[in-house]
Amino acid sequence: MDQVQSSQQLAELEAEFDRKIASGHVIEPKDWMPERYRKQLLRMMSQHAHSEVVGMLPEGNWLTRAPSLMRKAVLLAKIQDEAGHGLYIYSGAETLGTSRVEMNDQLLAGKAKYSSIFNYPSLNWADMGAIGWLVDGAAIVNQTVLAKCSYGPYARAMVRICKEENFHNKQGYQILARMMQGTPAQREMAQDSMNRWWWPSLMMFGPSDKDSPNSADLMKWKVKLHSNDDLRQRFIDRVVPQAEAIGLRIPDDKLKWNPTTRHYEFGEINWDEFNQVISGNGPCNRLRIKQRRDAHENGRWVREAAMAYAAKQNKRTKAA
Amino acid sequence: MSDSNNWPTWEVFTQKAQGAPHEHAGNVHAPDAELALLNARDVYSRRNEAISLWVVPTESIVASTPEDVGPFFDPANDKMYRSPNFYKTPDGIKQI
Repeated sequence: MDQVQSSQQLAELEAEFDRKIASGHVIEPKDWMPERYRKQLLRMMSQHAHSEVVGMLPEGNWLTRAPSLMRKAVLLAKIQDEAGHGLYIYSGAETLGTSRVEMNDQLLAGKAKYSSIFNYPSLNWADMGAIGWLVDGAAIVNQTVLAKCSYGPYARAMVRICKEENFHNKQGYQILARMMQGTPAQREMAQDSMNRWWWPSLMMFGPSDKDSPNSADLMKWKVKLHSNDDLRQRFIDRVVPQAEAIGLRIPDDKLKWNPTTRHYEFGEINWDEFNQVISGNGPCNRLRIKQRRDAHENGRWVREAAMAYAAKQNKRTKAA
Repeated sequence: MSDSNNWPTWEVFTQKAQGAPHEHAGNVHAPDAELALLNARDVYSRRNEAISLWVVPTESIVASTPEDVGPFFDPANDKMYRSPNFYKTPDGIKQI
């Protein structure tokens, strides 16, 4: 790429870039882009990819204790999808000039962010339902919008991911629906899970618009197309009737349908808790990083063996 | 903690159905072609999205550059006579 010489040239390039964005042009890796655009995207995409990877941990916790072979197979398939989603997004993020190894190092060093929801523990089987239904449900709302964002590799990864998320969402809902038809103990377990995952799921959309420092730029560049609060509302409007249909109570006394706005009103989110969790003090922050480090270390010999084998084959081919 | 060796990337092409072209799907990291193919299957065809896969070392791809797009594709611009719409036929003539 050409070295940018003067500030006037830079201003021209930026104006051209803004024009492209405004006209709905999709930005590709080789296109010129402002440094802030690159940085913001890299921040979002690496955070998103890490979330997919760390997101496997709370579910992995229940793999060996799934209540039936079928449930176990489904959970395994879902977790494998999450790994795939992480790979799609890392692959997209690498086009911005940072390698997957570097991003992974940042995660293992505890310097990278990922969705705060995965710092909550999965305490019972119903949590597999709540995660698929609420956590993946919230992710779908976010990702459907991101599939139309201005950066090509990110948008394409999202299209692929959205196709697969609906399975996650439905299998989760079905777990809870089934438990709600069960014994009082099973219904109580499902409700307990709902009570614990509801608020953290709402926090997944990020801080309220007035406290979201990066939003203005991201909206201008069409990386974000809707505000955090709008997407949160969309999620709530979608999920409340689903909860009611299977007899789950939303743990929010202030929740009520507003027939004028045609939206649900809801109570205040505990942003102190949110800030505590993203700054490292959630129930499982340290555990999650430890689990990722262990997985990385335990897989080291496999990576090294594969590399050594490839090198040996390479030498043989060259010799022949 | 870091691995010194970053596995190289391979571009993945998938054929969705018999008779369809291979299309670019994305890429994977892998130490060699054999594992690249297996990784490509696991990442890009978990739901029968492909009946055939190609993997190509990313470094082997040669691409046009966005800066040169204008002059590079220019030769096609002034040759409207390649389009059938360029030609007028007398009224009443069909199937041409």
